[in-house]
Amino acid sequence: MAMAIKLSLILLLCLSSLLAPSFSLFEDQVGLMDWHQRYIGKVKHAVFHTQKAGRKRVLVSTEENVIASLDLRRGEIFWRHVLGPNDVVDKIDIALGKYVITLSSEGSILRAWNLPDGQMVWESFLSGSKYSKALLTVPSNLKVDLDSPIFVYSGGCLHAISSIDGEYLWKKDFAIESSVDVHQLILSGGSDVVHAVGVTDSSQFDTYEIDVKNGGLLKHTSASFPGGVYGEILPVSGDRFVVLDASRSVVLLITVNNGATHLQQTHVSDLIHGSSENTVILPSKLSGIFSLRTDSCIVFVKVTDEGKLNVMEKVDKTVVVSDALALSEGEQAFALVQQGDSKIELSVRLVHDMSSNHLKETVKMDHERGFVHKIFINNYVRTDRSHGFRALIVMEDHSLLLLQQGEIVWTRDDGLASVIDVTTSELPVEKIGVSVAKVEHSLFEWLKGHMLKLKGTLMLATPDEVAAIQQIRLQSSQKNKMTRDHNGFRKLLILLTRAGKLYALHTGNGRVVWSTLLQSLRTTSQQQCAGLKLRQWQVPHHHALDNNPSVLVVGRCGLSLTSPSALSIVDAYTGKELQNLGPAEHSTVQVITLPFRDSTEQQLHLLIDADKRAHLYPTTPEAASIFQRESENVYWYSVESEAGILRGYGVKKTHSSEYSFEARNLWSIVFPAESEKIIATVTRKPNEVVHTQAKVIADEDVMYKYISKNMVFVATVSPKASGPIGSATPDESVLVVYLIDTVTGRILHRMTHLGSQGPVHAVLSENWVVYHYFNLRAHRYEMSVIEIYDQSRAENKDVLKLIVGKHNLTTPVSSYSRPEVTTKSQSYFFTHSVKAISVSSTAKGITSKHLLIGTIGDQVLALDKRFVDPRRSLNPTQAEKEEGLLPLTDALPIIPQSYVTHAFKVEGLRGIETIPAKLESTSLVFAYGVDLFYTRIAPSKTYDSLTEDFNYALLLLTIVALVIAIFVTWVLSERKDLQDKWR
Amino acid sequence: MAVPRRSKPTLLLLLLLSLFASSSLAIATGNGGGYSINGRVKIPGFGAKGFGLPVKANNAKVILNGGQQVTFLKPDGYFSFHNVPAGTHLIEVVVIGYFFSPVRVDVSARNPGKIQAALTETRRGLNELVLEPLKEQQYYEIREPFNIMSIVKSPMGLMIGFMVVVVFLMPKLVENMDPEEIRKAQEEMRNQGVPSLANLMPGAGAGGGRSN
Repeated sequence: MAMAIKLSLILLLCLSSLLAPSFSLFEDQVGLMDWHQRYIGKVKHAVFHTQKAGRKRVLVSTEENVIASLDLRRGEIFWRHVLGPNDVVDKIDIALGKYVITLSSEGSILRAWNLPDGQMVWESFLSGSKYSKALLTVPSNLKVDLDSPIFVYSGGCLHAISSIDGEYLWKKDFAIESSVDVHQLILSGGSDVVHAVGVTDSSQFDTYEIDVKNGGLLKHTSASFPGGVYGEILPVSGDRFVVLDASRSVVLLITVNNGATHLQQTHVSDLIHGSSENTVILPSKLSGIFSLRTDSCIVFVKVTDEGKLNVMEKVDKTVVVSDALALSEGEQAFALVQQGDSKIELSVRLVHDMSSNHLKETVKMDHERGFVHKIFINNYVRTDRSHGFRALIVMEDHSLLLLQQGEIVWTRDDGLASVIDVTTSELPVEKIGVSVAKVEHSLFEWLKGHMLKLKGTLMLATPDEVAAIQQIRLQSSQKNKMTRDHNGFRKLLILLTRAGKLYALHTGNGRVVWSTLLQSLRTTSQQQCAGLKLRQWQVPHHHALDNNPSVLVVGRCGLSLTSPSALSIVDAYTGKELQNLGPAEHSTVQVITLPFRDSTEQQLHLLIDADKRAHLYPTTPEAASIFQRESENVYWYSVESEAGILRGYGVKKTHSSEYSFEARNLWSIVFPAESEKIIATVTRKPNEVVHTQAKVIADEDVMYKYISKNMVFVATVSPKASGPIGSATPDESVLVVYLIDTVTGRILHRMTHLGSQGPVHAVLSENWVVYHYFNLRAHRYEMSVIEIYDQSRAENKDVLKLIVGKHNLTTPVSSYSRPEVTTKSQSYFFTHSVKAISVSSTAKGITSKHLLIGTIGDQVLALDKRFVDPRRSLNPTQAEKEEGLLPLTDALPIIPQSYVTHAFKVEGLRGIETIPAKLESTSLVFAYGVDLFYTRIAPSKTYDSLTEDFNYALLLLTIVALVIAIFVTWVLSERKDLQDKWR
Repeated sequence: MAVPRRSKPTLLLLLLLSLFASSSLAIATGNGGGYSINGRVKIPGFGAKGFGLPVKANNAKVILNGGQQVTFLKPDGYFSFHNVPAGTHLIEVVVIGYFFSPVRVDVSARNPGKIQAALTETRRGLNELVLEPLKEQQYYEIREPFNIMSIVKSPMGLMIGFMVVVVFLMPKLVENMDPEEIRKAQEEMRNQGVPSLANLMPGAGAGGGRSN
């Protein structure tokens, strides 16, 4: 009896525990299922700060507009600021030993940052009259208290700014008198004169001497040379400059002496015997020496006191030369890096003694890092008072390394700050009998690991070995295993970066499993290559389980759209380039993954070139026959934003060659250029799964979702309103959104938002689209939802018809039929600007959806789709409330706990990718920008598994207590029975 | 602009600043076609402590028109945008841990020096461009401190509680009943062919008995 009650009670309790709300995230759960990695991007400039005792740091500015202070010992970020997308850093320096000075936005914004903590101290806006190169000169050797001005040349003006508070001291406008273009600002130590050296109309050489105190012009000299100049004037010594002439074949040596300017010409061919194509002067700023680079070599040329040019040395053209570094005794040093096979040679030379290397080190280098792109050197004083050198080098894959004493002290994989495209790959299946080692280790390493563990258990291990064992344990801990797991949480994230490098990251902890610099995407001197798209190429499923999955990388070699494309296929487990199909003879503007596979599970792809021809991959007869069979059902569309045309295409029967096909234009939609400009197009994710077409609403009514894979959302604005906010008035801006079928070109729905403008961010999923735009009338951002329903199936409610069989439920969804559709729409205010919108995706599509909104604050907000349901009303009926319909509010709620990035920021957020896990309730989320962030979310809570913090101990305790209780009651009842029988 | 309770150098600096920025905080000056917007971000609880913003606000950003311009805060919370064309703009403040309303700013071309600002969330007008967070944001659920009640209330706790009741109170109840009545009830149950679950009890008992 008691047992029966107990059982029913347990059932009830289990149910109630399911219904109880499970919360988002506790602070101590951070890092359990998420990870966050901080990057800075490819370093452009670096300034060392090592003079004082204390923390040694290096200050860098990068191509991602990041300025950062890095720990010189370990390469960690002390502080970092990501500037705006238009705020490109021109120059970086240190002033007064405590401020970091940055010049950005083409020399118009000068900022000072506090060196220890990165707090901005002051900011100055410098206005100029014309565009010019930005130059920054910060006086170096001065006392901290002395306020000496910072000189900035930008916008055709020379500005002097106080380094203490950023106050404007004076301005000298060069553009008023002449159209001089200043190339160099020279501040000789101790003097009150700043020298500006420039060129007027590229045929006259000018020097100005300007008073530091008030900006008055002290002296102006000029000399003309009719040949014209190429590139920049470079100072060689205090009164000598070099520049190339316009033909790039003559070196001009300019000597300024007592107000007179003397020119001297030397042919490059006299200096370099042999070819001298594409000559440039390297901006190394060595005293008395300049370096010339040609197509064949780099030469160092010494300028003697008499003005003679002596070639000192000739090195290979792949050598990278650093800027000069001033040593204590007025001596200068610079570094050269020579690339070898899987090693680099670093040599440091002193300017006064060029003949021999002061220091020569050979460092082993992973050849997956490519060539050295930049080098910055810094010195330190050893205990024996001699100079030691450390070098910061930037590699082809954008990684940053610190070399010291012939070793790599630290590396940063900063290529990951510029992810272009993301895809995923399943990990290998764990097979019985076959060890995990097949993928992650060689057999020897696997054995070694086990020996270590054995040692550890026998207490024989040294501290180093204990650490190694801990490392192995971490690696093999459940979430970081290199095998597929039951829930589908462990995957490989495959990332294509701007440097043309492919990375595979483990979702468990974000570590790099492998990385490959793709040979087909390497930029050479002839052409500039860049990756475009990353697609899954082969996903072994049934037939080809022994094959590793592979990915297809599509790139472009050249800058224009018509440049030839580069293709390569990479093994997703090892990172080996299996096939290099590039450079292909056609260009690529669009990559279409077809829903067909060949017998080896290779996915068929169509690459559309600039001439609207379709190229089929893989180029096998089997693929061609599959494509021939299905070609009637292959459609695609193209968006010509400039012309405002949307075109739909099919494949022509006649084909030009076996694997390339002519396209036939099926339909086109021309938007009126005077009133509409395309600003956004969004389609459904091709791999999205929809569970059911029917949607049961209140009163047991059914609505049928219009689910078509061939739907595109297009947003247009009036041309006047295509600029940023504030450039158009509400009356002249109109936002129009369309839902268009891409097979027939049928406009399913059109809606106009008066007084609204872009930027539009949208997401299309199932039968709905949610888009974010700016409402100028309310001056707030809005989000709208459109849901589209199939009206032709709405009559299937009649039970009698269903029984008789007169229903159309079994007719397939097709774009050929033209069903009646109805739409429902609603708009809400949303507080923040948005950078990206995505939607959660799950394996079977049963779980409800969350919108993932990347806000302007670089956070990712999860918003329940129920908040953007067009059926919301102010006073929902009882039935609607039971259905879970929320009462209508004018704004969408921002609940801080529903930020999936919690207290982290994904700086420079660019995209959010969602990947379904095998567990239906869970979706994996990967957000990328300058930073990377990964987590997993459960939009309807984890209804199909226990949560991470489930208390197993308590469950065990309860079971034990129950067992004990059963025994106690049994003994008691037994005793009672006995007593009863004795009675 | 009142500056109460500040040390002298700070006061001087502020005065200098205010001179520089004229009397109003938000001022637009014609500057090569563009205007300047100056303002201040105030985070309560830190201003009183003196000069400087909290470490949290170190990474504060002020964003114009959804990313057109991004600027940072000076130690005293001031910020400025330059070269802004006349029109109606939107300023957003991003500080981790705080919720700021976007601000609508009207830069007038006809009347330079006049700026109108209003919070878009609350539609409240601002006399000067001083932005304060509407609320603090807590990104984590707060874990309840350990207490015995939470264990008791959990399903496991309830089960244990129920067990205790059954084990210790049920025999007491049975004891208080008349033995005759119990026997009667038991017999009745046997005769009526009680539900299968109830049959398990004597069955289990018999099994246990055999093993003894």
